[in-house]
Amino acid sequence: MLSKRIIVCLDVKDGKTTKGVKFKNNVEVGDPVEMAEKYYLEGADEIVFYDITASAEHRGIMLDVVRRTAERIFIPFSVGGGIKSLDDMRDVLLAGAEKVSINTAAVLNPKLIYEGAKAFGSQCIVLGMDVKKVEPSSKIPSGYEVWIKGGRQPMGIDAVWWAKEAENLGAGEICLNSIDADGTKEGYELTITKMIAEAVNIPVIASGGAGCPEHLYQVLTKGKADAALIASMVHYGMYSIKEIKDYLNNRGVKVRIKW
Amino acid sequence: MIGIIDYLAGNLTSVARALSYFGYKWIISSDISELKKAERIIFPGVGAAKSAMESLKKFGLDEFLKESFLKGTPILGICLGTQIIFEESKEDGGTKTLGILKGKVVRFPDPLISNGEKLKVPHMGWNKVIWKKSHPVFANLDPDYEYYFVHSYYVLPEDKEIILGTTFYGIEFSSVIGYKNLVAVQFHPEKSGKPGLQILKQFCEWKP
Repeated sequence: MLSKRIIVCLDVKDGKTTKGVKFKNNVEVGDPVEMAEKYYLEGADEIVFYDITASAEHRGIMLDVVRRTAERIFIPFSVGGGIKSLDDMRDVLLAGAEKVSINTAAVLNPKLIYEGAKAFGSQCIVLGMDVKKVEPSSKIPSGYEVWIKGGRQPMGIDAVWWAKEAENLGAGEICLNSIDADGTKEGYELTITKMIAEAVNIPVIASGGAGCPEHLYQVLTKGKADAALIASMVHYGMYSIKEIKDYLNNRGVKVRIKW
Repeated sequence: MIGIIDYLAGNLTSVARALSYFGYKWIISSDISELKKAERIIFPGVGAAKSAMESLKKFGLDEFLKESFLKGTPILGICLGTQIIFEESKEDGGTKTLGILKGKVVRFPDPLISNGEKLKVPHMGWNKVIWKKSHPVFANLDPDYEYYFVHSYYVLPEDKEIILGTTFYGIEFSSVIGYKNLVAVQFHPEKSGKPGLQILKQFCEWKP
């Protein structure tokens, strides 16, 4: 049977890995190419680069990071942040990424999901979603709203509705990030993760809030996620990927333990 | 030199990069005169069977692949490449494919149920191979190794003797095939970490 995936996320700014809390106060934590290779060798199932500068003048720096990483790691890796067009997607894929993650651009222009899936295949297109808890309403029945621009702008769109819509448009995976939980180390948002995982038939990657292996266990079982994204847990050396996987394996979650 | 068949079916650079990692020389091409210089062939690909067959025919690569097989050139099929080696795919309402091997390609059942849970299709992520037969390309692989899969269809070979390995995902399907100078895998060795690289290396050294 399929293993649950442990995906390591590296936020990249000006060619360096950074980490912030609730999308703010980013501090540098290292070189993304070296870090990606280290996590690859330590047993990460996938790597995500998230370009948090994402301006036109920094695009070249990011593509260079992707190119150098692709020569050294031989597991899937995806790139997100600032991808607005088919050309942006093509650049990232040709530089060596397996998948592209689109978020703000997909909300503003949902056709991009369809066009990307048609041009490169659904397996390449990851829909990134930033969601925040609100009072349930007729407009937002799930009680979770979609935000864009790195958690700066609410869109008045229901998270579950948007996940289903993206699947219909051809997204191959959903990476669901909870703005409320992001960087808190208090655990993933289980409620919305489960709601979306049960609403769609594509894999759901849970993101935001991981602080200890127990949190991954919760989201991969109760939360029904297919994969869990981690960052600070491993960036600061609190846990190794092997420790996390051994913990999950001992609790009966199937993970890849031999590599 | 290793020829990587380019028939507009996905990004082939990751296969090439994996070969470069071991210092092997390669070309990515759809030009038969170029590919004829290759000592061995990798036939990768992601996407749908029908458009893939159209591109293969356009470049004459369908005949080239059949001839290469008969000539004894070592060939490695990956993912969609593996599926197209068989006679027919049920994808896109039925597509006649190369027919180098006898058998067809079918979709995972819908719904696909395991332990009362509905499984997602495509089968996407890391899974094991249950090895049925030994083969030099797949030698010395720990049975607990896992490989990266992304697919909704799988092969049903007519001759069960050519099945080297299977994988469980709701059902048991053939994930590794070997016949004469041809080997084919449903997973992506170029994205399967160390064991995947080992398979690529062993293919590059294989003398069928």
